[in-house]
Amino acid sequence: MVIIDVIVTLFLAAGIFFMFTGVIGLLRFPDFYTRLHATGKCDTLGEVLIIVGLLLDHIYYYVYLLPEAPLSVKLVPVKLIFLIVFIFLANPTATHAIMKAAYKTGVKPWKLGEERR
Amino acid sequence: MIEVFLAIAVLIAFTILLSLYRAALGPGVFNRVAAVSVIGTKTIVLLVIIGYYFERPLFFDISLLYAILNFIGTLAFAKYLERGEVWS
Repeated sequence: MVIIDVIVTLFLAAGIFFMFTGVIGLLRFPDFYTRLHATGKCDTLGEVLIIVGLLLDHIYYYVYLLPEAPLSVKLVPVKLIFLIVFIFLANPTATHAIMKAAYKTGVKPWKLGEERR
Repeated sequence: MIEVFLAIAVLIAFTILLSLYRAALGPGVFNRVAAVSVIGTKTIVLLVIIGYYFERPLFFDISLLYAILNFIGTLAFAKYLERGEVWS
């Protein structure tokens, strides 16, 4: 019972670490492209890690330890797996769409020595 | 275990507050769109954790719907900024 709590807490801590890294990159990087480079990957991995941790917690406490739970509670991991697949598909696609729109409308990439934008 | 969920929810709300700076003051419209997309994807995880904290399975359906709406909104905004119109 303690082991699964430790595993879930480790997953949640890793996810919140990646989310903080992405936000620091969003605040501190000098250019639009570098900011999207930071957030596009770190946010996807952090959110998926947090949802995987909650999925393990739910499977242990509500499916394995509580067999008489109603079906709407037992089917929650299916929704979370749907959410993981959708985040893995949609988040890089949205990042790519914004970056392609910025490139086609003429936003120049930042070079070393220029002013921050 | 419920205290860990509460702490993680507060930390996610703090990251949302930090990225709100870029959404409010970011130079240009593309920085703002990127920051709003980041806030939307963080809100999905915040909704899932709130569903665990209050023990309501209804919040997972809301988070699925919010994920789809956020993706469609970001994509439509990017296409509008690229071409000047949404429908071609």
